[in-house]
Amino acid sequence: MLLEIKDLHASIEGKEILKGINLSVNEGEIHAIMGPNGSGKSTLAQVLAGREEYIVTKGEVFFKGKNLLTLAPEDRAREGIFLAFQYPVEIPGVSNTNMLKTAVNEIRKYRGEEEYDAMEFLQMIKSKMKLVELEQALLSRAVNEGYSGGEKKRNEIFQMAVLEPKLAILDETDSGLDIDALRIVANGVNMLKSPDNATILVTHYQRLLNYIVPDFVHVLYKGRIVKSGGKELALELEEKGYDFIKDDSGVLV
Amino acid sequence: MSNTEVTTIEELANREYKYGFVSDIEAEAFTKGLNEEVVRKLSKIKDEPEWLMEWRLKAYRHWLTMEEPHWSNVHYNKIDYQDIIYYSAPKKKPKLNSLDEVDPEMLDTFKRLGISLDEQKRLSNVAVDAVFDSVSVATTFKETLAELGIIFCSFSEAVKNHPDLVKQYLGTVVPSTDNFFAALNSAVFSDGSFAYIPKGVRCPMELSTYFRINAASTGQFERTLLIADEGAYVSYLEGCTAPMRDENQLHAAVVELITLDNAQIKYSTVQNWYAGDKEGRGGIFNFVTKRGHCRGVHSKISWTQVETGSAITWKYPSCILQGDNSTGEFYSVAVTNNMQQADTGTKMIHLGKNTRSTIISKGISAGKSNNSYRGQVKISKKAENARNYSQCDSLLIGDKCGAHTFPYLEINNPSAKVEHEATTSKIGEDQIFYLNQRGIKTEDAINLIVNGYCKEVFKELPMEFAVEAQKLLSISLEGSVG
Ligand SMILES: Nc1ncnc2c1ncn2[C@@H]1O[C@H](COP(=O)(O)OP(=O)(O)OP(=O)(O)O)[C@@H](O)[C@H]1O
Ligand SMILES: [Mg+2]
Repeated sequence: MLLEIKDLHASIEGKEILKGINLSVNEGEIHAIMGPNGSGKSTLAQVLAGREEYIVTKGEVFFKGKNLLTLAPEDRAREGIFLAFQYPVEIPGVSNTNMLKTAVNEIRKYRGEEEYDAMEFLQMIKSKMKLVELEQALLSRAVNEGYSGGEKKRNEIFQMAVLEPKLAILDETDSGLDIDALRIVANGVNMLKSPDNATILVTHYQRLLNYIVPDFVHVLYKGRIVKSGGKELALELEEKGYDFIKDDSGVLV
Repeated sequence: MSNTEVTTIEELANREYKYGFVSDIEAEAFTKGLNEEVVRKLSKIKDEPEWLMEWRLKAYRHWLTMEEPHWSNVHYNKIDYQDIIYYSAPKKKPKLNSLDEVDPEMLDTFKRLGISLDEQKRLSNVAVDAVFDSVSVATTFKETLAELGIIFCSFSEAVKNHPDLVKQYLGTVVPSTDNFFAALNSAVFSDGSFAYIPKGVRCPMELSTYFRINAASTGQFERTLLIADEGAYVSYLEGCTAPMRDENQLHAAVVELITLDNAQIKYSTVQNWYAGDKEGRGGIFNFVTKRGHCRGVHSKISWTQVETGSAITWKYPSCILQGDNSTGEFYSVAVTNNMQQADTGTKMIHLGKNTRSTIISKGISAGKSNNSYRGQVKISKKAENARNYSQCDSLLIGDKCGAHTFPYLEINNPSAKVEHEATTSKIGEDQIFYLNQRGIKTEDAINLIVNGYCKEVFKELPMEFAVEAQKLLSISLEGSVG
């Protein structure tokens, strides 16, 4: 098993947001997490990535059999967790290339692999750029600075392609994308899919799932996964809204 | 509490100041205190001509009438000028022409500082003048330079061997009465570096002075005088370190640069004096007067400084743009961490026609430090078509530090074009987390951001210096966020 979350509780500023999450993800699987605004989807993503502001009060998380919660955020990344941020952060003065070269080499070092020299690195990112149809110009620009909303999202997928994670968590990467960009992002995810990695897609829209077919769909509601199913669950949600979940699970507003 | 063991930014270890060791070198020193007798004795010991002793005494007498200035945005306990040793020299008087006779302990000191005084072993193309406490101990590559007519030696030697040049230029940019610390320096300066580049000569290597304060309770008052004659060019580097001590030590230097017609001087500083400990105990008071005079037409003076050390840095490398079409530049990175204070910037005084100046200042504050940019741009009545561009950026790391910008503009000619831009930004937790999430640890994340921020200034530094500057920056910012 790649990721195992057991009864995970987490709070921020004394307020409990995650109230007992259980989730297992195997290599080769794609999981979609849906749920109304404020239900805790991004919180779950950030807790898995190691954001310190969120305090884990109970539960366990294992990644490749290791206790994930004791690892620093950079070590989680080096172990193979990648988070495509819902709101990618601007870093003025640091070029995309420079950031990625540092990142890739840190990860390679951690894995006991030889660091890339400048030539090898450029060759590698060229092929990845094609994959997500990223323009050359974005490479030399500062990370996310002045990028359009869609460019930021595409840049996240580009970084994912470069870093080749074991587990990619895409937090609403489809939001705000035009139809072409959506196709490009979905293509990227599909091409990177392999039997030894997995993806968690956080999304509000079933349309993404037309492009990326999930093995499982989970509904997160008020800090709990209240329903899980196959890809047809997404369609059902789209049709009936979240009300039917509330009835179904017996959780009331 | 969180059961994660993620490294919080606060937890980052604070690495020790690497240059903080004391060398065990026998020194010959005056007793503490300052009076006319001390000034005379100093001048005598150095075997100086009468006119120089008189010059010193005049400065001293003027200094007595002056008050220590307090207009800057820095705070410190009163300095007791009678509690300072005004002269300390290594006992074994090194023969300046032969490295073999330099105290091996001292060679070792410079080796530990990463400075090789051994010409054969030097790979980089840099001639070094090493100043230890009050005196210059070795100048390398002298002969190579002499073939081109370039004079590069300690100040004391220049006084002996080139008295006419010294007399002609000394104090013509920074008069001995200029300000409190310049007057003090003029009275008691002990040594420093001197360079003269003759007409039409492009100095083929970087000239460099390395300053080291070693002895306790000693003030360092060195004087640098660089002259680029018509059409000459020189690039000059200055580096500094000091041992870690609980007391504050005063460093009050004066640097004078002169460019004649079509000449250019590029002056780079990497200042890494001991900054004091986390609580603000000890460290160097770096009160320095640096000024360049573009005397000739089409001449140019560029100051590039990377200031990471000192408990207090208080200096404004300036340019007087007198020659028509002359250019002044100031590129600065000033980093303060823990309890450090910096009040630094520049003055660009436009006197000639079509004079240009550029100011790029990057202030980085971390810990509980305070960092101020203070800059003056003055366009005089006769300076037709003067141009100035100033950009002053402040970067805050954490929320206990301060950044301040004090621009002063004085424009007396309507044809002037003056532009000023200023920004303040902050390294946020979300930026650091974003980079952590890409596999980059917090320390490296801060370095990445800071180096990106300072790129414009670093590219002005000679290669080897730029690398050193980046390293210094990362060391001085360690444990910086809280
Ligand atoms: N820093 C914070 N301080 C206080 N409350 C917070 C903080 N971060 C998140 N929350 C709260 O936690 C809850 C869950 O937020 P989260 O961002 O995880 O929701 P989400 O499911 O991702 O929503 P969306 O679909 O709108 O992105 C919200 O009520 C939010 O206001
Ligand atoms: Mg969200």
